[in-house]
Parts: sequence; structure tokens; C-alpha cells
Amino acid sequence: MQIIRHAKIVSDHWTHVADGPIPSEGCISVSFARWKNQRTELLSRVDDLGLRVSSEDPIEEVTEDLDRFQMIGLDFPVFTDGRLFSVARTLRDHYGYQGEIRAMGGFIRDQIFFLSRVGVDSFEMEEGSDLDGALSALDDFSVSYQISSEVRN
Amino acid sequence: MYQYNEVDQALVEQRVAQFRDQTRRFLDGNLTEDQFRPLRLMNGLYLQTHAPMLRIAIPYGLLSSEQLRMLAQITREYDKGYAHFTTRQNIQLNWPALERVPDILADLASVQMHAIQTSGNCIRNVTSDPLAGIAADELEDPRPYCEIIRQWSTLHPEFAFLPRKFKIAVSGASSDRAATQVHDIGLHLVQSSRGETGFEVLVGGGLGRTPIIGQVIRPFLEKKHLISYLEAILRVYNRLGRRDNKYRARIKITVRETGLDKFRELVEAEWIRIRGSMEVEVERYEEMRAYFSMPAYKEAAEPHQALQENQNQDAEFATWLRYNTTEHKVPGYSAVYLSLKAPDAPPGDITESQLDTVATLADQYSFGQVRTTHRQNLVLADVRQSELFDLWQKLVSLNLATPNIGTLHDMICCPGLDFCSLANAGSIEIAAEINKVFDDIDYLQDLGDIKINISGCMNGCGHQSVGHIGILGVDKKGVEWYQITLGGSSHNEAAIGKRLGPAVSKAKLVDTLSRILHVYTDNRTTDEPFLDTVNRIGIQPFKERVYANH
Ligand code: HEM
Ligand code: SF4
Repeated sequence: MQIIRHAKIVSDHWTHVADGPIPSEGCISVSFARWKNQRTELLSRVDDLGLRVSSEDPIEEVTEDLDRFQMIGLDFPVFTDGRLFSVARTLRDHYGYQGEIRAMGGFIRDQIFFLSRVGVDSFEMEEGSDLDGALSALDDFSVSYQISSEVRN
Repeated sequence: MYQYNEVDQALVEQRVAQFRDQTRRFLDGNLTEDQFRPLRLMNGLYLQTHAPMLRIAIPYGLLSSEQLRMLAQITREYDKGYAHFTTRQNIQLNWPALERVPDILADLASVQMHAIQTSGNCIRNVTSDPLAGIAADELEDPRPYCEIIRQWSTLHPEFAFLPRKFKIAVSGASSDRAATQVHDIGLHLVQSSRGETGFEVLVGGGLGRTPIIGQVIRPFLEKKHLISYLEAILRVYNRLGRRDNKYRARIKITVRETGLDKFRELVEAEWIRIRGSMEVEVERYEEMRAYFSMPAYKEAAEPHQALQENQNQDAEFATWLRYNTTEHKVPGYSAVYLSLKAPDAPPGDITESQLDTVATLADQYSFGQVRTTHRQNLVLADVRQSELFDLWQKLVSLNLATPNIGTLHDMICCPGLDFCSLANAGSIEIAAEINKVFDDIDYLQDLGDIKINISGCMNGCGHQSVGHIGILGVDKKGVEWYQITLGGSSHNEAAIGKRLGPAVSKAKLVDTLSRILHVYTDNRTTDEPFLDTVNRIGIQPFKERVYANH
């Protein structure tokens, strides 16, 4: 599928694995719970690994592992749940995480500007979304009062 | 007052464009009602009983005459010719059409105004003392700090989707005129033992269903850490605050459930981590202070002589002077309250022609500025005492000189059943009836300082829980009843009022108030205000009188 990454529309190479078997090859992301349960097995894989976190997941428990993830997906249960905004900022500024931080799940286009300001650098929208519109939302504002954790390239 | 630079101006204009696009997408069906709701609320737009309601921000209650004129024009052009001042110093329109709201916002942006974050689960417009900068009991003018907070909180990317709304108030005086103790965060400018000025920080106050008085989280915060400390509180709250139940989502509940000590520990850990990179520089404060420097006051030229004569000649003027003006730190000047509590008008309402004339009066008498108050009145803050008589005469003809500030008539009142879809009962009509029945000015003045606050439902927009007398509309099988509380306050001695007993019917409400007032006048000691009497004798004597053969 197509996503927005570093302010461009690109095709995505990640497979988000749910409960099924873990493929031995390819870039996959797993849920927080799965990571906690199958950490050793997942660490033995060679290909890129991503972690999906939801609002309630205590990221403080995986800080030692952060550099194992090439991507962290913030999986919004609903767009009004703003916890993941603070999670993104904490990942960038507190833990110095430099990999991809992706917004996914229930977020909406009108949040993209704010998300990018707290350090989210890729956006996986629902299939069929208006990606050009979403891309333009990155530039909703040319000015801001706050410090930024933005990563654009 | 603060003047926008290019960044500020670009931001409000881009916000208008963004909202125009959002409104269009909503009307085209590309945004669902559920998606549009939080977006429009963040721009102050509610959908109400009769029409949308638009809340416009008045940062810390300060308006220029130019802004007032624009508000007058907007109420003429897009609404029905009147507007309503709120308890958080903002102004509301009751009848704008949804499609035209983007145009209203564009007009506002042309005079450095907006409706950003006047509603919704985000950091709301910061409020302050209406006598800021002129009060004799002030340590320092809070407005430069308010403006810095306004900028920090405006479109803060991390805190736009909080568990619940978040309100901040700042006071720089020893008398708390900004209800800081019932805010999510209250800031008091205080002096440390070493003579340095900084902030006492309160957290977890709030009204609504579960009214709670804020607690001190940090007795002294150095000024340079203002923003990092706020950011730390918000970050902890954003992650910890409950999202499973909207009635438990305010920070007051988070603090209560977490415990103040534990909450403080979390905040301070975050703060210590971030504070180094977020210091507010001394120069920035100075630059901001310059925007709020004292206007060019004239030497006091024997004003008192003429003033005394006018008072002797005109008893009505003397009464007005006593109730509707207050002292100013500069000799020869007074601050003047414009009462929006005329007995024949809904509390807090103002017409477009009044708005226009007030703008003219501000230019003529008060350096072109007006302030709004937490109790829904206006203030001309810098009036020469020698001009008070002239000003008074003009205010009388505007119906803005009712001498009732701080009296029983100076009620806070929510829109209630007339405008609000959540209401259980009417509130404006109750205020009108109270005005009608207790119409003897001598009696009102004899009663002195009594704050009656009225809300049409337990959401508490009318602050009933901190009224000296609180009146809360409840619904009993489709009939309007009223629950009464006594002894509340949002001033220095902040307290939540105690329930008098079972709710009373609408027909008995005024009689009940009358009984309460009699218990007071029967029991007060010389010069003892109502609240002190309630606190001294307790609620029992009131209960007995009210429910005796009722
Ligand atoms: C007519 C439209 C209005 C609606 C639908 C409305 C709705 C609400 C609701 C649902 C709450 C409860 C929020 C909570 O519990 O967190 C609330 C609280 C409040 N409203 Fe309103 N309101 C309206 C008008 C007003 C007006 C005109 C004022 C000012 C006079 C006002 C000032 C407040 C205040 C100060 C609070 C309580 C703040 C606190 O809990 O700290 N509202 N409103
Ligand atoms: S207190 Fe209740 S009735 Fe009054 S405005 Fe608020 S929500 Fe409406």
C-alpha cells in the first residue's frame, strides 16, 4: 500500500503481523504484547523489526530494546485518544529514538501537522484515503510557538 | 497590550484557512460528525438547541476598542445583535450560521483575535485578574506571563487531544480575582524568602460535577521554569488521565486518584528532565512586559474636590461610585465596572450598540482598552477621577451603570434552558425573578457582598458550587426544581458550598432565598458579610428556617 513517509507518498514495505505465525523473512511489525511474549524468538530474526504500540502500552518497559526496532507504529484506537502524541515525543526527546515513528489506526488527516511536530515521520492512512490531501496537511501551518521534534528526511 | 507580530498573524490566518477547509469537508460529507466535532470544538463552535454557539477568545480578558468594534460588527452581521460574556472572560455568539463561521473567524483575525481552544479537550484560553496592572494589592502584573502561556498553549501539538478540557488562570495579587483555585492549574505570583518573584503552582481544581479546590503542587517555581513545569504537568496528565469515563477525566480526578505526592513525583521527574532545554529567558519576559507597561497617566490634578461635590449633589452618583468603582494604584485614577447585570437584561449579555459605545468610551476615558471579568462584567481600568461624573452619566444612558457590583444582583448565570440542550431547568428566568423580587436598592446595599451563582444543570457553567448561595437546576420527573448550596467561594477562602437540603420547587425558590437572607440579617454581627456569617453559624439555622413548614 501507499503511505506518507518523510513528506512523500511512497509504497510501504512493512507487514503488520497480528496473531498468526511469524514469517522468518521480511520486515514485520508485531504488537507490544507479542514482543513481550516472544522477544527471544523475534530477536533471532535477521530482517527489520517494527513494534506497534497502543495508548495503554507501557513503553517505559521496552526502552532497552528500542534500537532493535527500525519502526515504531503508534496504533491509534480512536483519533481523540491523544496519549500517543506524548508517547511520540517521549520516544524522540527522552529516549532519543531515531527510527521511523509511524501513525496508524484511527488517526485523521487533521492531526497530521501536530503529529509531525511531535516526531511522527510516517503516516499510514486507511485504504482509499486522500493521500494528496493528507500530504498537504503537513503544511497546514508555516509557523508554530512550540519546540518541535519534527523529522522530515 | 500585546500586539501580534508576523508569526502571530500568520498563525491565526492559517487557522482560519484550516477551519474553512474543515467546515467545507464536513458540509461536503468528507468529514463525519464524529470527526468534525472535536475539530470545531477546538475552534469554539458548539451545536446548540437553536443554532451553533461560537465562543471567541479574549486572552486574559483584555480588549482594545478596535476589537470591541469588530465584535459589535460581527454580532450585527452574523448574529442577532447581542453577545454574551462568559465566566472565563470570553464572549459568545448564540446564533451564527455554521457556514459563515469561517468568515467570522477571518474578521476576528483582522483585529488579532481568534476562537482557538475556547472549547474542546485542549488547553483553554488563559484567564487572569481583571484589575491586572492597576491593583494596589498586586505583586506583579500577571499579563506578560499570561501571554507567554497563551502562545505556548496555542496549537500545542502534543496537547490538542487531552482526556478533558484544561484551564489555567494566573493571579499576581493578594486578592484572588481570577478563581485560580478552581482551575486545572492556578498560578500565583509570590515572593520567595529570598525576595525573588516566582510562582506558586496549584493543580487539580475544577468545577462541574465534582467540584474540587486545587492543591499546591509546588510552593515556589522560578520564573524561568514556567513553561517546562506546565509542559511536565500536561504530559503526565495526557498519559495518565482517565479516558474511559468523561466524568473522571479532568486532572482533578487524576490527582485525586493518583494522590498528590505521587502525582508531584511524576511531574517533577519529567520536569527535571526537560527544564534545561525549555528555559524562558529574562529578555523574553522583559520584551513581553513592555507590551503591558503603564499608560501615560496624567498628574492627579485635584480631582477629589470636584468628585466630592458631585457626590454631594447626586446621591445616585455617590452610590454608583461606591459600588461600581474601585481603587487604582495611581492616585487620581479609578477602575470602573460596567455592570452587565441590569435587572431587565440577561446576566452577562451585551448588545451591539452597547459594544460600539463602550469602545468609544474606552477611547475617551480609558486609553482605548476594556477588560472582561470572571463575574461577567466589564471594566474600564484607567479612568481619571475628575472624569468619573461624565462617564457615569453616559453609562446611565447605556444601561450599564446599575450600581450593583458585588451585590445580590451581580449574579453569575449560565444560559440554561433558553439556549442549552443539556439544561434541566431555566436559569436566566430565575435571575430575572430574583432581580424583580429583591428590587429595593437599600435592602441590597444593606445585604452587602453576596454572590449568587446559578446553573441550569450539574455541569456547573454558572459556578453554583462556589457561589455564596449556589442554585442548581435539577429535573424531577420533567419539572424544574432547584438545589441550593451555601458557603461556597472561589476567592482566597475558596470553598465548595454545602447542600442546604432537598431541592425546592420553582414556585418556592424566591421565598427560600428570602428566608436565607433573613437568617443572615438576624444573625450577623456588625459589618459581618454573608459568607462569614454562614461560616460562623453553620448551615443548620438556615436549614431550619427554610424547611420549617415549607
Ligand atoms: C449554551 C451552551 C453551553 C454548553 C452546551 C455548555 C456545556 C458545558 C459542559 C458539558 C460542561 C461540563 C464540562 C465538564 O464537566 O468538564 C461545562 C462546564 C462549564 N461551562 Fe459551559 N456550556 C455552555 C455555556 C457556557 C457559558 C455561557 C459559560 C459561561 C458563562 C460556560 C462556562 C462553563 C464553565 C466555567 C464550566 C465549568 C468549568 C470547570 O469545570 O472548571 N458555559 N459547560
Ligand atoms: S450549566 Fe448546564 S444548563 Fe447551564 S449552560 Fe452549562 S450545560 Fe447548559
